[in-house]
Amino acid sequence: MLIVEIKNITVQYSDVTALDDVSFVVNQGDFLGIIGPNGAGKSTLFDSMLGLNTKYAGIIKFFGEDIRKSKNYLKEIGYVPQKPIFEKNFPATVSDVVRMGLRNESNENKIDEILQQLWIHELRNRRIGELSGGQLQRVFIAKALVNNPKILILDEPVTGIDQQSIELFYSILHELNSKQKITIIWSSHDLDAVSQLANHVACLNRTLFFHGESEKFFSDDELVKQYSEASMQEHMHHH
Amino acid sequence: MTLEILTYGFMHRALISGIAIAILCSVIGLFLVLRRYSLFGDAIAHSSFGGVALGLLVGIYPLWAAYGVSIASALIITKIKDRYNISGDASIAVLLSSGIAAGLVIIGLSGGFTIDIFSFLFGSIFLVSVSDTILILALTGGILLVILLLYRQILYSTFNEEQAKVSGIPVEKINYLIVFMAGLTVVTSIQLVGVLLISALFVIPNVTAIMYGKGFKQTAVISISFSVFSVVVGILISYIFDITPAGTIVLLSIGLFVGTMGIKSAGLLSRR
Repeated sequence: MLIVEIKNITVQYSDVTALDDVSFVVNQGDFLGIIGPNGAGKSTLFDSMLGLNTKYAGIIKFFGEDIRKSKNYLKEIGYVPQKPIFEKNFPATVSDVVRMGLRNESNENKIDEILQQLWIHELRNRRIGELSGGQLQRVFIAKALVNNPKILILDEPVTGIDQQSIELFYSILHELNSKQKITIIWSSHDLDAVSQLANHVACLNRTLFFHGESEKFFSDDELVKQYSEASMQEHMHHH
Repeated sequence: MTLEILTYGFMHRALISGIAIAILCSVIGLFLVLRRYSLFGDAIAHSSFGGVALGLLVGIYPLWAAYGVSIASALIITKIKDRYNISGDASIAVLLSSGIAAGLVIIGLSGGFTIDIFSFLFGSIFLVSVSDTILILALTGGILLVILLLYRQILYSTFNEEQAKVSGIPVEKINYLIVFMAGLTVVTSIQLVGVLLISALFVIPNVTAIMYGKGFKQTAVISISFSVFSVVVGILISYIFDITPAGTIVLLSIGLFVGTMGIKSAGLLSRR
C-alpha cells in the first residue's frame, strides 16, 4: 500500500537549488535508506515532509492526502531529529522527555514499555543533559515511538555516537521494521549499514540519483561506483 | 508580638496574595528561564510604567492601563522578534527602554507625578486591599488552570519548538499564550515586589531549583517551595524589623540560591 508520495519536489533557497525535481514513493512496510553527501538536501527533504518547510514546489502526500491541506498525518509519524537541541540543564528526566511525546496521557504505562524495549529503562530518572550521544538517540527514538506511529522518520546523527550504540541502534531499527512492521524512512551516510538494513534506497544529491530496491543498487557495482564518485566530487566541490 | 501580627487583616491579605504571587511567578518563570527569556518579566514590568502613566493621563485606573499596555507591548515585541528575527535579549532591551521612555514623556505631558512612584517601583504588599487580593487569587487560579490543561504542549514547545511542531503542537499560539500569561503575572506581581525586583521572583527560585538535578515536576515543586518560603518569611521579617518587604524577599531567595550553590559545590547534591 502506497503511504508516501513525493512528486516533483523542488526547493530553492535564494540562488541555491536545495532539491531539484525529486520524486519517489514509499510503500507500507518499506525500510527506505536515503543516502547522500552532506548538503545533498536530506534535511531539506525531511523538513518539507514534516511540514517545517512549506516553501517547496511540487506535491507531498501522506496516506493519499496532500500535506498542505491537513496536518493530521503528523499523528502517524514518529520523528527522530539529527541533533536534538535543548538547554543543557533542562530539568527533564528521560521519562519526562518521552512523556512529552505522548498524546494520550492515559497511556502512561506505554512509557515504561518503550523504555524497556530500547534498553534505557534504568535511565528513566536521569536528567537528559547527563546522557551520552547514543543514549540520547535512543531516548528520542522512544519519544518518537510512544504513540505507536505507522512511519518512523530518522535523520541519523553524523558524529558523537560510539560504535556499540550504533550497532544497537541498527538492531533496533531492524526489529521495528521486521517485527513491528513500522515503515522507516532513514537518512544515513553509512552505505554499508544501508545495504544491510534497508530494502529500498534513495540516493539524493539535490536530484534523485537512484531510487529502487536496495539489492538492485548494491548489486550493481557500476551504480555504486558512479554514486560514490559523484558524491565525492560534490563533497570536494563543497570544501 | 510575633504571633500577634498574624491576626492583622492587612497581614492576612499580604500573606495570601504574597503566596499566590510566589506560586504564579515561579511557575511562569520556570518556562521563561528555560526559554532564555529570563529578563522578559523585567521588560514587561518596565513597560507597565508607561501603562500606569497613560492611565493617569487619560483617567483610567492605572493598574488596568498597566495590564493593557504591558500585555499589548509584550505581544507586539514577540511578533516583531519573530518577524524580523531579532534575538530575545535585544527585543527585551527594546521593550524595557520603550516602556520607561513612554512613561516619562506621558508623565511630562500630564504635568508631573501624582502617583506614589516609590510603591510602584518597590511594591506595597501591606497596602493590598480585599479586592486586590481577590483579583490576585482569581488570576493565579486562572493562569495555573490554563498551564495545567496545556501542560504537555507548553513544556514540549519550551523543550524544543521544532519537534513540538512536528508533533502537531501549535507552537506559535503557545508562545503567545505564555507571553500573555507572563504579562498578566508581572503586572499582578508589581504590588508585591515592585517593578525593579520583579524578575528576581521569576528567575532566582527557578535557577536554584534547577540545580537540584531533578525532573520537571519536582523542579517546579522545589522552586515553588523556595519562592513561597522567601515571600512568607520575607513579609514577616520585614514587618517585624520595619524594613522593605521587596528587598527582604529577594535577599532571602538569593540566600537560598547561594546556599544551594554551596551544597552543590560541596558535592552534597550527588546525582543518584
